[in-house]
Amino acid sequence: MLVEIRFHGRGGQGAVTAANLLANAAVREGKYAQAFPYFGAERRGAPVVAFARISDEPIQTHSRIEHPDIVVVLDPKLFELANVTEGLKKNGIVIANAKQKPDVGETFKVYCVDATSIAQSIGLVVSGWPVVNTVMLGAFAKATDLVKLESIIEAVREQFPGKIGDLNANAIMKAAESVREC
Amino acid sequence: MVVKTLTGNYAVAYAVKLARVNVVSAYPITPQTTIVEKLSEMIEKGELNARMIRVESEHSALAAVYGAASAGARAFTATSSHGLLYMHEVVWWAAGSRIPLVMAVVTRAIGPPWNIHVDHQDILDQRDSGWIIAVAQENQEVLDLTLQAFKISEDPRVYLPMMVGLDGFILSHTTAPVDIPDQELVDSWLPPRRQPYIIAPESEVVMGNIAPDEDHFMMRYSMAASMEAAKKVIEEVDKEYGEIFGRSYGGLVECYKCEDAEYFVVIMGSWAGDAKKAVDTLREQNIPVGVVRIRFVRPWPREKLLEILSGAKGVLVFDRAVSMGSTGILFSEVAQTLYPLNISLKGLVAGLAGVDVGPSRIEAEILKFIKQAEEGAIYTPTEWILPEKYAGRYPSSPKEVIAK
Amino acid sequence: MNVNSKPVLEEPKTVFFAPISHPSPGSVGKTGTWRTHKPVVDLDKCTGCLICWLYCPEDTIIRLENDKVSIDYEYCKGCGICAHQCPFDAIQMVPEG
Repeated sequence: MLVEIRFHGRGGQGAVTAANLLANAAVREGKYAQAFPYFGAERRGAPVVAFARISDEPIQTHSRIEHPDIVVVLDPKLFELANVTEGLKKNGIVIANAKQKPDVGETFKVYCVDATSIAQSIGLVVSGWPVVNTVMLGAFAKATDLVKLESIIEAVREQFPGKIGDLNANAIMKAAESVREC
Repeated sequence: MVVKTLTGNYAVAYAVKLARVNVVSAYPITPQTTIVEKLSEMIEKGELNARMIRVESEHSALAAVYGAASAGARAFTATSSHGLLYMHEVVWWAAGSRIPLVMAVVTRAIGPPWNIHVDHQDILDQRDSGWIIAVAQENQEVLDLTLQAFKISEDPRVYLPMMVGLDGFILSHTTAPVDIPDQELVDSWLPPRRQPYIIAPESEVVMGNIAPDEDHFMMRYSMAASMEAAKKVIEEVDKEYGEIFGRSYGGLVECYKCEDAEYFVVIMGSWAGDAKKAVDTLREQNIPVGVVRIRFVRPWPREKLLEILSGAKGVLVFDRAVSMGSTGILFSEVAQTLYPLNISLKGLVAGLAGVDVGPSRIEAEILKFIKQAEEGAIYTPTEWILPEKYAGRYPSSPKEVIAK
Repeated sequence: MNVNSKPVLEEPKTVFFAPISHPSPGSVGKTGTWRTHKPVVDLDKCTGCLICWLYCPEDTIIRLENDKVSIDYEYCKGCGICAHQCPFDAIQMVPEG
């Protein structure tokens, strides 16, 4: 089964890294995966998207993802700035960094996690920006069961070894505990 | 052996490291840059014992590795689009000198207007130069082809430089699982560097001076002969690589669901994957269609294509590059190859500047082509699949655009 | 032929897309949406020195009649250069809500 995922973030928030880490985690479990950025210039602060595919079979297709099964929204403000549910499949899943349910209509299954507060509470802040991308992956793993939490943590630790890896692992676990359908 | 999720560009860098390259030189250009960024990181960390030569342009980058290769080093460079065009003179120098060398070309459109997305205009612009030219479909193949390129290029039957093409962004910036072979296994498979002569301060060799016309002529003749010989070497290397590392791709071309096919798609690069997906769907409806993926543009797999396509009812060629004033570039190659056969033939120009062409579009084009061919043999050298934004507003054949 | 004659600007006679563009405000959309922090001007502190107006890379400092300034929030990207350069601390970067 092929699952297609779209990440929404703002330039600098790590949407592309999140997609890459998710692919890495899936591959660790013997699955096939692909992750790619929106192919263009990225600018700090500007709304950006990144994509991932996860499948039990080798992935041959290289075309755009137009109808994702899941969207992950890294910044609450993006619900106003971008059409985050564009093309999302009916019964699709939205995983939101939000304190309360964002207004995305009634047809989607929506999960909320306050990733910004989690990142801030454990000091996962870089250049004044709370690091929410890895936190959201914790929520993703818990909400979708597509990849194991341990695989996400392993992938994150590979890319960010040592203390930063510990902080991220901690945040990922907190996110998995606190994510709720909303 | 270890499986990592790597971008296509990092897959190139890992192959270069495994080949124990001695000299790297390159000038940054999107979407190539992360190849040499990764290589310079490997050199900095001591994982790769090589010299990185920093230069002020692509012309100098290729000149630097060509010089190093002439002196006996296993050398590597990488570029894209305008960088490759800027190298063009040295591209011919390296081939004419018969110096083995490997270059990664991250395929990208050529401006103006400025565009960083994939098409094959840049790499196919080099097709007459005497380089072996291959194009990959997946990141794993990018690694395997880059590694094989050293063996092919340095084979005494070949002694020609080789380019490995990978599609800009679609492979270069997409992560996918890549199996990285063990260094020991690579060491036992890839022999030490061989080359026809060495230019060093102590060697009494002059290269590139004026030769009698007849000798110049014969040097071109010998390159053509080496290109022919390379066909066999490429097949051999693909086969033995498969035996040792577990992955073979079919040599010069990859055939997908060809056995009982009556209609064929000819295509090259990453979108061949989308074509295969389209063919899977059509096969479920019992439509006998297969994909012939061009892996090597030079040497051109004439004999192999004739063998595969001799029983075909029709061949549909997808081109991501066009020769202005003529047809898609692969189309003209395919058409001259299939001259002896009386079959339907159609060329489609699409996907320029990274315009997306997915499986459903390819599927629709195949069905349309089959319908046309069943009604009577057709020969349509060039039609364009226009981007959605403009489709319907302009004719699909530029020929039908009549001046006001 | 008069070599000094000007070329004639003539419409192309077939389908034609020129690789040119015409500079205009916000050709990539309202860049104000990129902001995570916004500059807020304290007009009591502003002396009208116009340092910010000179330094703004996006031409989004609006020069008022008295040479004091306001911000064009539709296009300001929130880079903070104005706040950094202001010699009178009259511009503060405030997080967007």
